[in-house]
Amino acid sequence: FSDKVSSTVVSMWDKIKNVFSPASVGLDFSFPGVEHVYGIPEHADSLRLRTTEGGDPYRLFNLDVFQYELYNPMALYGSVPVMLAHNPQRTLGIFWLNAAETWVDITSNTAGKTLFGKMLDYMQGGGETPQTDVHWMSESGIIDVFLLLGPSPNDVFRQYTSLTGTQALPPLFALAYHQSRWNYNDEDDVAGVDNGFDEHDIPYDVIWLDIEHADGKRYFTWDSNKFPRPREMLQRLAAKKRKMVSIVDPHIKVDSGYRVHNEIRSRGFYIKTKDGSDYEGWCWPGSAGYPDFTNPEMRAWWASMFAYDQYEGSLDNLYTWNDMNEPSVFNGPEVTIHKDAVHHGGWENRDLHNLYGFYVQMATAEGQVQRSRGAERPFVLTRAFFAGSQRYGAVWTGDNAAEWDHVKISIPMCLSLGLVGISFCGADIGGFFKNPESELLVRWYQVGAYQPFFRAHAHLDTVRREPWLFGDENKGLIRAAIRQRYALLPYWYTVFYRSYRTGQPVMRPLWVEYPQDVATFSIDDQYLIGDALLVHPVTEEGARGVQIYLPGKGEVWYDVGTQQKHHAPQTFYMAVTMSSIPVFQRGGSIVVRKERVRRSSECMRSDPYTLYVALSPQGTAQGDLFIDDGHTFNLESKAQYLHRRFSFSGNTLTASSADPKGSFESPAWIERVVILGAGKPAAVFLKETETRLGFQHEAETSVLTLRKPGINIGADWSISLR
Amino acid sequence: MLLLLLPLLGALVSAVEVKRPRGVSLTNHHFYEESKPFTCLDGSATISFDQVNDDYCDCKDGSDEPGTSACPNGRFHCTNAGYRPQYVPSSRVNDGICDCCDTTDEYNSGVVCENTCKEMGRKERETLQQMAEVAREGFRLKQALIDEASKGREEKQGKLAELQEGKKSLEEQVETLKTHKEAAEKPEKEAVEIHQKAWDGECPPAPPALGRIERERGGSSCRFAAGSPLAESLGREGRIGGTLDPNPLGPALVQVPLPKKPPHKATGEEPEEKMPPYDEATQALIDGRSLKMSLEKEISFDFGPLGEFAYLYGQCYELTNNEYIYRLCLFNRVSQKPKHGGSETNLGTWGSWAGPEDQKFSVMKYEHGTGCWQGPNRSTTVSV
Repeated sequence: FSDKVSSTVVSMWDKIKNVFSPASVGLDFSFPGVEHVYGIPEHADSLRLRTTEGGDPYRLFNLDVFQYELYNPMALYGSVPVMLAHNPQRTLGIFWLNAAETWVDITSNTAGKTLFGKMLDYMQGGGETPQTDVHWMSESGIIDVFLLLGPSPNDVFRQYTSLTGTQALPPLFALAYHQSRWNYNDEDDVAGVDNGFDEHDIPYDVIWLDIEHADGKRYFTWDSNKFPRPREMLQRLAAKKRKMVSIVDPHIKVDSGYRVHNEIRSRGFYIKTKDGSDYEGWCWPGSAGYPDFTNPEMRAWWASMFAYDQYEGSLDNLYTWNDMNEPSVFNGPEVTIHKDAVHHGGWENRDLHNLYGFYVQMATAEGQVQRSRGAERPFVLTRAFFAGSQRYGAVWTGDNAAEWDHVKISIPMCLSLGLVGISFCGADIGGFFKNPESELLVRWYQVGAYQPFFRAHAHLDTVRREPWLFGDENKGLIRAAIRQRYALLPYWYTVFYRSYRTGQPVMRPLWVEYPQDVATFSIDDQYLIGDALLVHPVTEEGARGVQIYLPGKGEVWYDVGTQQKHHAPQTFYMAVTMSSIPVFQRGGSIVVRKERVRRSSECMRSDPYTLYVALSPQGTAQGDLFIDDGHTFNLESKAQYLHRRFSFSGNTLTASSADPKGSFESPAWIERVVILGAGKPAAVFLKETETRLGFQHEAETSVLTLRKPGINIGADWSISLR
Repeated sequence: MLLLLLPLLGALVSAVEVKRPRGVSLTNHHFYEESKPFTCLDGSATISFDQVNDDYCDCKDGSDEPGTSACPNGRFHCTNAGYRPQYVPSSRVNDGICDCCDTTDEYNSGVVCENTCKEMGRKERETLQQMAEVAREGFRLKQALIDEASKGREEKQGKLAELQEGKKSLEEQVETLKTHKEAAEKPEKEAVEIHQKAWDGECPPAPPALGRIERERGGSSCRFAAGSPLAESLGREGRIGGTLDPNPLGPALVQVPLPKKPPHKATGEEPEEKMPPYDEATQALIDGRSLKMSLEKEISFDFGPLGEFAYLYGQCYELTNNEYIYRLCLFNRVSQKPKHGGSETNLGTWGSWAGPEDQKFSVMKYEHGTGCWQGPNRSTTVSV
């Protein structure tokens, strides 16, 4: 949240704290006319929040949960105390700014009533207005609530992100495919996996090293047997335009031979016990201290540790993963730190528990920015988070399992996070615990390819599962899913850019785009990426088909696989095979792809674009494309970017600038335009030069493909069908 | 794009002047005739020749863009003069990474590649020569081992026949004494079992030569014990590597043998001493029986088509890395023990030869080890 907000909180707190001892605070809110509420992640639950009568309330308390349960209001790794309430007329939000343990009860006067019951009420005239009541309660702190008045979903996103910040624009590579497991054992293993991707012609951008890479779990170090020459390893990856992520957790091994520990101890940066000594808990390295990330001096010191001369063996293509930052304390209450542990300024952990992970990621991201002297955008993955974590990188849904229910729940989990600002979300592909059957693994890749953060990861004790280990057929299916992701990277990047500017979620529930369509309010097995692509991944074992709902009165949607047109609104059964990933492009949209998939995203930098123009029933379409160098802050500091707009109407496709402030030189050009829902023209002209373009028309599907306009992506032009 | 049309007109690859578009092999060049329209190699379309290598994909099979990255399924041919010719996927043309040793795949990406074909050709020839040398030496050793094995087998079969003979007369003697020995019968049985175990574990000396150990389960690898940190210096898929010895087993074995080590005695438990000793005849019978069983067992093992692996029977090797001591007793079992104390983990007992069909004897499989947490049983694959 903004400095202004936090400083207000702190100063008020200072006054109050002198007067009162910690006491819980609570408040009730009523939403008359509302039957659907969303948000308050993180829970492994449906998108639409359930009423909690007769059960536990939703709990917000960052915890390292071992093998979490699904469809359960139990607390997980992160907390965002933001709830959205929605009905066809209005969307509202509540931001309950409190980082102490928080509980949310939800009741509704319509819960459990059938549609028939509701109608009966209405007929008899005795029907009350539907109403949802929520009760918020926090263990300590003050009541500090922001009411976000909407009225549209996009207004709520704008209002909320004006308080906490929008999603940081990730470096482009971070939107590509990540290959992780606990652990890639040594430099040979890394080289072998890296070569495997080339050998099997599967693109990937980032290989990850989990805790075993460090010397005895002493982060910022390397195990000298397994990783004797980390810089050379990183250079070899860089030669293929690939990156690496190493884990840096916030538990520091208590070891007088470990420089990081000695410095933190001598500077007094560890969290203290209530008695004033350094707090020690048990974690991966054994006995560990927990740096106090709520202390700005500690954060500044931590950030300085990512300098290339401090983090030995690091290079500019090494990025960071912050795990266990709830924080996880193996021998602590509920596997976390004691609530009476004392932070900077005398605050007890109970007062700010849910903020710890936020600050860990903040300091790490800051370190990455500093090591490049402010030039490069950071990439940091975190497990714990709070309101505002979207400003520092990506989150994932923690230690899931190789089960069909877990692939399914990843959709509502990431949708819920997107609604409260955190768009860069994903789940461990394949499932962290246990071994996926090949069908589950393939389906999970297909799901992950269409979620914002796309990383495969696995537990130490699982069988190896690189994409080529499951036979040629499955390898082909996984490769196809990953390639679809790479082809769509220009679109993903553009949607992220819009999220960065507007706060709109990247991956969004249908109701966000169709706020008046009640049928969409509870849907969480399909969703939209941006406003143009609707995805309904297959998440059932042995599925022969899926029920698809296409929203929008009078709209059309095009099946991306077959290019077949469907009228909306309608629900229909779509038959699927193992290669099916049901994706639909909205009529009236233009989606830009790069169809030359290379071995990593950086290799595709200069490659040409293909425009997919999906015509509305009125014969129009619009879309945009954001381009910059993909990794620096020059889009902000030097306005070096292109934001292009494409629009089709009156049989003319026009390219213009969507934002004249930006300028950027790109060698990329337009190789192809595919117009879905078009008739056959007599001729096609590129207007500027009056050049005739070759084309092909498929009468059966009404798909018109324009051959090689060849124009630079930064140029203004128009193409007319005559 | 104009730039990309240029290669058609003149840029040719090798000094032996066969005019062909970029990325086309010599064998395929006759499909690409400048004077004629081009028909996709799958016959799916015919296009004017100036659309060949014009950086736009017209053929479903990618054959119209052999020299660009335009087709998702295309392939680029590099001549690699001095080494060997190669196809790379079209997606690697002009991606900024040097793939062909003759640098021809990067002609428009800005990256400067170095022609390494000559050097690679030289290295390859050297390696082949060395391999041939090793193979010759290996065949010589293999023949020696085969001879030894067949001799050994004959001896053992002879001994077995002898035992068979002796058994009958001993049995008669025993029958007369048996009534007096009722009380000893149960302990005797136990002793036989224990003795059997002891025998199985024993490791007679023999020359060492072995490959790598790979730990796996059902085709893919298995992790280490729960809570114990990963395979660290083991390498990918828990591979154990040793130092290089000249390999005695022929060309399939240009692998990394384990370090030399004197064979070890397996942890042998002696039969319990507390029981009253058997009379001589019974003892002889028992000894004979267990000797017979172990001989039968040994003879029943598959030591290769000509018995060339017989010399490995019962040999044990150890490998220590920074965390574990691995122990491989051939045709018996594999285990892992933490270096700094802790209990031993069974990584599998002898199962079968498990190489691919044409090289069955290149891989040994040890199965049914201790189960992994939430996973399958440990097993070990030994590459010979």
